[in-house]
Amino acid sequence: MNRFVLGGLLVAGGIALALSVSAKPVDYQLPDDTTAFKPGPNLDIVQGNCGSCHSADYIQTQPRGPKFGKDFWQAEVTKMIKVYGAPIKEADVPKIVEYLSATY
Amino acid sequence: MLNRRGLIKGSGALAAAFTPLQALADTVTLPIGNGERPIVKYPQKRPMIGLTSRPPQLETPFSVFNEGVITPNDAFFVRYHLAGLPLDIDPDTFTVEVKGKVNKPLKLKLADLKRLPAIEIVAVNQCSGNSRGFFEPRVAGGQSGNGAMGNARWRGVPLKTVLDQAGVQAGAKQVTFNGMDGPVLDTTPDFVKALDLDHARDGEVMLAYQMNGADLPFLNGFPLRLVVPGYYGTYWVKHLNEITVIDTVFDNFWMKTAYRIPDNDCHCVEPGTAPKATVPINRFTVRSFITSVADGARVKAGQVVLKGIAFDSGSGIKEVAVSTDDGKSWTPAKLGQDLGKYSFREWQLPVTLAAGAHVLKARATSNAGKVQPATASWNPAGYMRNVIEAVHVTAS
Repeated sequence: MNRFVLGGLLVAGGIALALSVSAKPVDYQLPDDTTAFKPGPNLDIVQGNCGSCHSADYIQTQPRGPKFGKDFWQAEVTKMIKVYGAPIKEADVPKIVEYLSATY
Repeated sequence: MLNRRGLIKGSGALAAAFTPLQALADTVTLPIGNGERPIVKYPQKRPMIGLTSRPPQLETPFSVFNEGVITPNDAFFVRYHLAGLPLDIDPDTFTVEVKGKVNKPLKLKLADLKRLPAIEIVAVNQCSGNSRGFFEPRVAGGQSGNGAMGNARWRGVPLKTVLDQAGVQAGAKQVTFNGMDGPVLDTTPDFVKALDLDHARDGEVMLAYQMNGADLPFLNGFPLRLVVPGYYGTYWVKHLNEITVIDTVFDNFWMKTAYRIPDNDCHCVEPGTAPKATVPINRFTVRSFITSVADGARVKAGQVVLKGIAFDSGSGIKEVAVSTDDGKSWTPAKLGQDLGKYSFREWQLPVTLAAGAHVLKARATSNAGKVQPATASWNPAGYMRNVIEAVHVTAS
């Protein structure tokens, strides 16, 4: 089969699926995370704690600069624990803050 | 059997391979520090600016706002708070409960709602933190450009209709709204929002099952969402399945701690300071944008027709004035078709640009007499930006 025809058929199939979504039960497929946690100290602890509830781009896209150093990240981790109920072990808190301030 | 995800991914890749004119950049850089974002493709959506993946937050590419006054469903912004998304929804078995301080609790299917008299309202939905990335000094949170907003024709049933059917009891104060999306952990507060009873019964707050003549896209709240015209998107609860009438003022995290603004006229404080008292965020401030030219663009010298949009919280737009000299002089623009007081209002104005650099500005005034400010105000959460925006262009 001509590759252009094949491409057209697959596109048409995709459109038909998209239209059928409105009338039938939705089984929505979310794409995978687009951003990985950057390499850094205590990465495994960070992936296990932070990555269970949100993707790494929540961290990646925060503002940069001198005002967004250790104090900023300490406040963010505290917020995750106190406000969002993250079950982070006390001993892991400084390790996560170290990773965040060293890596982002 | 073919996996749907594989098929869509495959067709996308092939389509991209054979349509070089539509080839997409992998990233876009918003004009803010650390503003690089991936261009992402989700089912039912065109390529969007990806802010976060899990939970998904997608921003509308700003050029979409110049395509028309209605934001297409496949380009409408997406904002979730919690990553527990209800990925499998059967609209035939879906029900929304109306309960609490009511005489007759209800369980309504979509078909039940669609049998009730419908209303349509064209209304802007805007994230509280739309444009947060432009706050100076910067603040924590979702670092949006100006694309966390959109304008759609919503169709549904007035919330008043179902509240009246259920019979609100004397002494009721507020109505709370919960959707099927929820937290990953039990310890995270579920996303539930509240409106005062009088507001909930104003006849405009709507249980919407359609957007621009089609079912809601999944990521915009399929199959039912709350529409609160003139109010920030935080109240527009998606996948809405629980409506509870209460006789107290709701005080969960999402009402009492988050989404609060300084309790003063400007809803602002000195940068870097904390407000003494706060109230829940509520109505939009008045805003306008130039959509026909982007910041940093090169344009032909001579006459050019500037186009844009304006909106407020529902008094409607009285005037949009345009400046081509960085705000020194202003000329009223011609307003476009009026789709209702909660809608984007288009405007346009022919201007003449001599060769050289120019700073273009648009300034909206609402029928309530509110005018966009010349300097940006600040609040710690980065909400409600509405300063007069500047668009720098070079004519040659």
